[in-house]
Amino acid sequence: MKKIIFLALLLFSGNLLAIDPTDYRSAEEEQRFRSLAAELRCVMCQNQSLADSNAMIAKDLRLELLTLIREGKSDDEIKQFMVSRYTDFVLYKPPMRPGTWLLWFGPFLVLFVGIGIIFMIVRKRSAAMPVIKTQEDNGQEW
Amino acid sequence: MMSRLLPLLAFIALAALLFVGVRMNSGKDNSAIPSPLIGKPAPEFSLPVLNQENRIIKTSDLKGRPYLLNVWGSWCPACQIEHPVISELARSGKLKVVGYNYKDETDAANKWLQQFGNPYDLILFDDSGRVALDWGIYGAPETFLIDAKGIVRWKHVGPITPEIIEQEILPALESKQ
Repeated sequence: MKKIIFLALLLFSGNLLAIDPTDYRSAEEEQRFRSLAAELRCVMCQNQSLADSNAMIAKDLRLELLTLIREGKSDDEIKQFMVSRYTDFVLYKPPMRPGTWLLWFGPFLVLFVGIGIIFMIVRKRSAAMPVIKTQEDNGQEW
Repeated sequence: MMSRLLPLLAFIALAALLFVGVRMNSGKDNSAIPSPLIGKPAPEFSLPVLNQENRIIKTSDLKGRPYLLNVWGSWCPACQIEHPVISELARSGKLKVVGYNYKDETDAANKWLQQFGNPYDLILFDDSGRVALDWGIYGAPETFLIDAKGIVRWKHVGPITPEIIEQEILPALESKQ
């Protein structure tokens, strides 16, 4: 019975082992590692984060990430390390730069244009339809 | 009349947009990450040569002549596909071809070379894949063109074809010399 439980556990452990390559030295280290690994994108399988991916390169990059954390690099330095090798592709959150302004502000632009159009339509219609005084509106409060 | 045609026109416009979008993206590899190294010096590294663990090659050792750096591994099926093309290029003598044996084992790599031939001038051996990170390598095959001054001029992700050699590698080689 124990054997079966062990085998069953083994069945599900493969994935976890791949994602956590080593033991952490402290809770903060684990926390930082996890949050950075979730923010960085696996370069091989671009719909997964570094934390989720089982690709060979993702394992190597996770190991490198842990090494960099242990070397005392800041989050920005670590991201810069990744970007200088693998471009902005590795960041799930693209940096704010003139080249990415459309990406960041485009949705708001569309929103404002939409609000403007609605505003214009409403104004046009209210101008076309004069307010009809209804019979109920005879000064009585109800 | 116009108001009845409007939905149809809107549909045709959307369909056209979809068609253009699909056409723009077909036939090109959207997963390939462009190299940030283009136009910059090749990263500093020191790696042993395959089968000669004591012979260490540094970036500066490769300067002076342009070379093609071809990343491969015996575990990589696509590397077998491009291998005849790489071999042909190496045989032509137009360009020095340096192999980059990526995350491989010596025995498996040697067996692969015996089976398919060894076109490489030199093979760098990076079994851990640590140096590969500095090159921005994330798989195999990947191929870089480095000029005589040690500047990275071009990179391709995926198998090399004769068309790529004719249309990209050789022109890049000529324009930079």
